[in-house]
Amino acid sequence: MGPQPRMGPTASVIELTLESSLKHMEMVEEIARRVSKTAGFGSEEEFQIELAVHETVINAIAHGNHEDPEKTVWLQFKILDDRLEIHVRDQGKGFDLSKVPDPLAEENLLNISGRGMFLIRQFMDEMRVISNCGAGTEVIMTKRRKPQAEPHQGGKDRESEGHRKTS
Amino acid sequence: MSLKATVRQVNSVTVVDMSGRITLGEGCSQMRELIRGELAKGNRNLLLNLGDVTYIDSSGIGELVSAFTAVSNQGGSLKLLNLTKKVHDLLQITKLYTVFDVHDDEAKAIASFHKD
Repeated sequence: MGPQPRMGPTASVIELTLESSLKHMEMVEEIARRVSKTAGFGSEEEFQIELAVHETVINAIAHGNHEDPEKTVWLQFKILDDRLEIHVRDQGKGFDLSKVPDPLAEENLLNISGRGMFLIRQFMDEMRVISNCGAGTEVIMTKRRKPQAEPHQGGKDRESEGHRKTS
Repeated sequence: MSLKATVRQVNSVTVVDMSGRITLGEGCSQMRELIRGELAKGNRNLLLNLGDVTYIDSSGIGELVSAFTAVSNQGGSLKLLNLTKKVHDLLQITKLYTVFDVHDDEAKAIASFHKD
């Protein structure tokens, strides 16, 4: 069964449950763009949010759930007064963010993989990863809503990451 | 829309006009096969025209790096042509912009292969 968009009671929450397949990615991206537009973000920020959602959902489907048809990915967009908050949760085994190598390090520059989390950090104001061994991973990322006149300052300096791993 | 690619030969340079998406899954697989195929035919001077690439993700960037490495390892050159702003910005952020030889003029890009 494919994604089922469902509007929350205040029309500020959108939730989807996705099967663990990449075939709906373009729909997920479209929803991310529309939510971003609704939240008042400009086209550049729309692209940043869209790509952050794309990377997070891809991680959840491919690396978290390993495209297991029995598992799903839960995605929630919350448009709040001061920010857009996005939750992505898989049903995988969890992972340790600290083990992801720095893709900008000289020795990693020509690595084929390992740039997804980096791009999410770059494009969102905050990102937290809650990973419980055997209970899946939830990525929570936020982008602050700004007055139109205020230029975007980027997010990497305001990043906060929380990582919890239990066994 | 997944990746579409048209290959043409200009002098000793293989120009690949790419359009669509280079993302995890079909897009990346198609690109990998295409590069392998050209190398197998002995084409080692590759110019990837990315002007009509609408979307690229971290896996797509990884695929470009993989292609660059594969071509370099066979003594060839892989260069990029007509980056969109999005692709340009992603290569800048990931510090790969200086790794690739990037052009916005096809004739000059073709000529640059003969100077290497």
